[in-house]
Amino acid sequence: MAVTSRIGEWSLLRQFTGRDRLGRGEAAQSEQSRTLEPRTVQADRVVESICPYCAVGCGQKIFVKDEKVTQIEGNPASPISRGRLCPKGSASKQLVTSPTRVTKVRYRRPHSTEWEDLDRDTAMDMIADRVIKTRKEFWEWESDGKRTRRTLGIASLGGATLDNEENYLMKKLYTAMGAIQIENQARI
Amino acid sequence: MPGLGTSFGRGGATTNLMDLQNSDCILIQGSNMAEAHPVGFQWVVEAKRRGATVIHVDPRFTRTSALADLHVPIRAGSDIAFLGALINHVLSNDLYFREYVVAYTNAAALVEEDFRDTEDLGGVFSGYDPEKGSYEPSSWQYAGATEAAAAGQRDPGQSGTPDSAGRHRSARSETSGSGGPAVEAKPERDETLQHPRCVFQVLKRHYARYTPEMVQEVCGISPEQFRKVADALTSNSGPERSSAICYAVGWTHHSVGVQKIRAAAILQGLLGNIGRPGGGIMALRGHASIQGSTDIPTLFNILPGYIPMPHAHEHESLDDFVAEDAGKTGYWGNMRAYAVSLLKSWFGDAATEENDYCFDYLPRLTGNHGTYETVKAQLEGGCKGYFVVGENPAVGSANGKMQRLALANLDWLVVRDMQMIETATFWKDGPEIETGELVTEEIGTEIFFLPAAAHTEKAGSFTQTQRMLQWRDKAVRPPGDSMSELDFYYELGERLRAKLAGSTDEMDRPLLDLTWEYEKDDDGDVDGESVLREINGTGPDGAALSSYTELKDDGSTACGCWIYCGVYADEVNQARRRKPHWEQDQVAAEWGWVWPANRRILYNRASAAPDGTPWSERKKYVWWDADEGTWTGLDVPDFIPDRPPDYVPDEDAQGPDAIGGKDPFIMQTDGKAWLYVPVGLADGPMPTHYEPPESPVPNPLYPDQQRNPALEGIETPTNPMNPSFSDVFPYVFTSYRLTEHHTAGGMSRTLPYLTELQPEPFCEVSPTLAQERGLEHLGWATIVTSRSAIEARVIVTDRIRSLRLGDRRVEQVGLPYHWGRNGIIPGDSPNDLVGAALDPNVHIQDKVGTCDIRPGRRPRGRALTAYVEDYRRRAGIGAESEKEEG
Amino acid sequence: MGRLSGRLDDVTGDAGYGSSGEHPPRMGFFTDTSVCIGCKACEVACKEWNSVPDDGYLLTGMSYDNTQSLGASTWRHVAFVEKPTSTSVDLGMPGNGPPSQGQDQEAESGDDSIRWLMSSDVCKHCTHAACLDVCPTGSLFRTEFGTVVVQADICNGCGYCVPACPYGVIDLREDDGRAFKCTLCYDRLKEDQTPACAMACPTESIQFGELSELRQRADNRLAELHEKGVDAARLYGRDPEDGVGGDGAFFLLLDEPEVYGLPPDPVVTTRDIGSIWKHVGAAAAAVAGLGVAAFVGRRR
Repeated sequence: MAVTSRIGEWSLLRQFTGRDRLGRGEAAQSEQSRTLEPRTVQADRVVESICPYCAVGCGQKIFVKDEKVTQIEGNPASPISRGRLCPKGSASKQLVTSPTRVTKVRYRRPHSTEWEDLDRDTAMDMIADRVIKTRKEFWEWESDGKRTRRTLGIASLGGATLDNEENYLMKKLYTAMGAIQIENQARI
Repeated sequence: MPGLGTSFGRGGATTNLMDLQNSDCILIQGSNMAEAHPVGFQWVVEAKRRGATVIHVDPRFTRTSALADLHVPIRAGSDIAFLGALINHVLSNDLYFREYVVAYTNAAALVEEDFRDTEDLGGVFSGYDPEKGSYEPSSWQYAGATEAAAAGQRDPGQSGTPDSAGRHRSARSETSGSGGPAVEAKPERDETLQHPRCVFQVLKRHYARYTPEMVQEVCGISPEQFRKVADALTSNSGPERSSAICYAVGWTHHSVGVQKIRAAAILQGLLGNIGRPGGGIMALRGHASIQGSTDIPTLFNILPGYIPMPHAHEHESLDDFVAEDAGKTGYWGNMRAYAVSLLKSWFGDAATEENDYCFDYLPRLTGNHGTYETVKAQLEGGCKGYFVVGENPAVGSANGKMQRLALANLDWLVVRDMQMIETATFWKDGPEIETGELVTEEIGTEIFFLPAAAHTEKAGSFTQTQRMLQWRDKAVRPPGDSMSELDFYYELGERLRAKLAGSTDEMDRPLLDLTWEYEKDDDGDVDGESVLREINGTGPDGAALSSYTELKDDGSTACGCWIYCGVYADEVNQARRRKPHWEQDQVAAEWGWVWPANRRILYNRASAAPDGTPWSERKKYVWWDADEGTWTGLDVPDFIPDRPPDYVPDEDAQGPDAIGGKDPFIMQTDGKAWLYVPVGLADGPMPTHYEPPESPVPNPLYPDQQRNPALEGIETPTNPMNPSFSDVFPYVFTSYRLTEHHTAGGMSRTLPYLTELQPEPFCEVSPTLAQERGLEHLGWATIVTSRSAIEARVIVTDRIRSLRLGDRRVEQVGLPYHWGRNGIIPGDSPNDLVGAALDPNVHIQDKVGTCDIRPGRRPRGRALTAYVEDYRRRAGIGAESEKEEG
Repeated sequence: MGRLSGRLDDVTGDAGYGSSGEHPPRMGFFTDTSVCIGCKACEVACKEWNSVPDDGYLLTGMSYDNTQSLGASTWRHVAFVEKPTSTSVDLGMPGNGPPSQGQDQEAESGDDSIRWLMSSDVCKHCTHAACLDVCPTGSLFRTEFGTVVVQADICNGCGYCVPACPYGVIDLREDDGRAFKCTLCYDRLKEDQTPACAMACPTESIQFGELSELRQRADNRLAELHEKGVDAARLYGRDPEDGVGGDGAFFLLLDEPEVYGLPPDPVVTTRDIGSIWKHVGAAAAAVAGLGVAAFVGRRR
């Protein structure tokens, strides 16, 4: 950065001409300070949400600019949280914009030592094939002479961090599949 | 949450966080609320400002203790001895709220003559089968009720009753999530509470030896401290005052977890604190939608709305299935309507009266299929495909090694997360790769890592800790390949159905007949609201229903989760209501939506006296308006709106008609809060102190019964248990959360702003333990159990106490459990130390165990397994497991 | 006008924003440590809003305090003090290290024998701010809200402000070279928004508002605590007659300031150079020269 551009902000002139003779206040205000505004004001939209961490269910406001989350803060309207957030809730923006977030499908072949790339469509198709195969392989119509109509070959873990609608589709699909070992953090 | 479910009728917090501000005394036990629920804790601070007494009973002095008026250190795992002594204190000093207890609890009910207490049988209740390690609970019944059961209408047993194959029918306890367990008949009553077999007297005898002296012996709490707590609670209960109890996983994560909550329920019942403002039991849950994921369960043993999953041996037809509950008194009597509506919602037109509404499509249970049993099945090769979504069992579940060895034995694994978590990378850099127990090239597991959408990238609802559904709008689209679970499972279903289309195999019918059409949003993603509308349910005209009372058993209504019926009333997403609190009263009924029926304090009919008038002006909440002929007040009355207080049902009334005007617990078949649970639990009708599965001390209350007799073990070589009172494992460890991190860490130790606040794993020890073992502050320590050994930095602090129990001293090691091998600062996972020994009702493990601790870092590589093996050998743990792991 | 020490009721007017009524009221923080739960939401909320980088990953062993102190990359800092209550001899030292080993606790079993004090520290936004007084570039200035702010577009990293601060708040960020500290969310204040830390604080330990009103609130809270028998409660930085003319961000403490790592009697370090500053022109010109020299030296 050029030294001169900073010197250009020099406020001596204003200091000698204004009310702030010591140049410690109004006269010292830089251009940036004068035109400063919070980025919440610049947001294209503000979306109301709920914190994803614990079960208190604090209200959040998500500020979006150019399709990017620019700020997440408490929603004062919530009767539960009254706008407040804990350190985790306060770190929500870092959570959703984290540079270490993995956003590409990763695939590990059996016995392989490395991850590979895989396009999502192929991955979804492969997973569906695996479900069909394992389901059939472990299909059980009866156990001890009683009808069970199930597969013990497929299990699932997770749900307490997910939406009700997601848990609903999971339970619905797994049950129709005949899978029963469906569990979540409530047990852990 | 069967602890609350069996006691009051619904498995959810009886109150809400905001109402804590109305409490006169708050007992926080089994919870570190200020650290784990900081924003919820504002209401405790508010109560304190208004003069409430705040008490924290906890093994450690935490950030909650720092704000409490009184901190009482307790030995981890000894809560029932403490709560039992409070119950005894209340009973023997006549400090209970008599009018409430007589009218609203089952204190007056008479118990079966055959019932024998732990006092009579050396620490077990009648019906115990030592061979099977489980109970046959018919002798626990109300007098008069067993006759009907014996006549063969149904098996009165709930969970824990061994079926013909000798397995636990352990799935049943959680069905009391909404609707208590069914009893056959209303019991005989003695409202003088004098009959020797009435619940009141049974309780009195059961807890007679739970004295302050015993508390000192078992818990390490002095009689003076005990007295302070007892006085605070009893002086702040009654018509004019109310006290609340808050708990979290400090109670649930134990082999007697359900019974700890039951003990609190008994205490609150006796003090008359349920259903009243400032009272209640606040269950503090740890994940954004953990309540939601039990209401609409991703759990093996229940269907949406706590309808049980059918069992192979009992439920051949829909009629058999509902026979257990149909015709019962209370709202659970309508189960057929709830079940038929669920089947209609899933299988649509394919579900007809002729085919039993596709009831046969539901897969059947034959025992415990919980997560630890599943891991065991994976180890044994009986389960080959695994979806892990938003969870990290390699770090977050008990016995991490057992988890990872199971992962290595799969055919395929799908992990869906936002960060590269340990469950997805165990094959590359897990602890067993280091020790040579696993070799990457030999692991045949095929792994798909699919990036997940964040909460900002999808619309949907969470159900938080007070049963409230709150809707999130979508802010941005998920980046790259990321997608929500909603889209993932929808698409998986689409693909499965396409690939199986045209199949004539009967096993594929349920998938092909599944209703699977949902609207899409502008981005082409599944519209969560259309799923919520299906959950809410629709009537014959296709319009959204507004209440579960509208559900029919004739196939004319469809409803995905009956307890959520009303969340889409009037075709409006009620969970998305956001009227600011400053435009509402304190109850804030127009923010979000609460099940059931938007009631904020459950059982609130109990906030009025039996005659329908408020107990006091100060604690006025819901009351009977005789002029209007209706219940009214600040909340939605949790009662039949026009049923007068003096209503007495006919002897043969069924379903909701059988609820009397003085029966506030409308989901219970007898309308009462259960101080004594005659049916519904696997390990006894009353909470009893047993030592944790691993304990350094004998059980002083029942010398012949050290552990929960119905304890459920996971018997597999990688899950050995430490012998109790072993010199090899002389200390107690307890694991816990820190404010700065979240559970298994995937959402926190990947973030710089949280990692810098608590950067690396540590253990907390008292100065005396540090001296005893030569541990240095900030130095390294190795902590070892028979499962594994980990290392952590040492924090020596006065916040961890040495506890004196009789003539012995017990040292405790504190272990925050958030870390793993990935993330910004890698470290060992404390859950690798924890053994899986489970509560028989809910199959949850005990977070307390015994260990050794030594200065210095742990051995590396193969030396680590040898080190742990040596401990096992010295502790006398079976040679078999050593061979298996060597 | 232009006082550098002593009582000053309109610090904003003194900085050239006109008489009271012409400028917004002086805004500040009242941090009531008696309800602080040490959650550190303030630290994170501050960083998220102000894009402050992380400050390194170090387990310090100072109780639960791993960010150690205020600095260029920590603008809110929560101090944790573990303190035995039974000790009759109070050495007045911060008890945040390890306790002395081997003391027999058994006798204390079951007693409330420890206190855990937590306090969220922040820039005090002094009435007489030495950092501002010594800043040669005019980067540090007094805003229309009476707060003290570093202007990143002017700061040249000379570092004069660092030793000037009687509280050790302001510091240079190593990889950047410039000075940083709490701005009391200057940008948010311009839109009448609450600063990020105060907004997040779960228990209202951090309260934001007009300083005059906060002082009233603090006095009431202090009286309330004294009534409850909490005799050790005291206000810190509340007194407009103190060495810095009172703080814009002041505290209610439950022990001696030293226990929290705060100076007991801070004095504006420029108190005695007021006379020099009377010769404004010469001084400013001289300092400007120094400032440029320092800037060039550092940023080359």
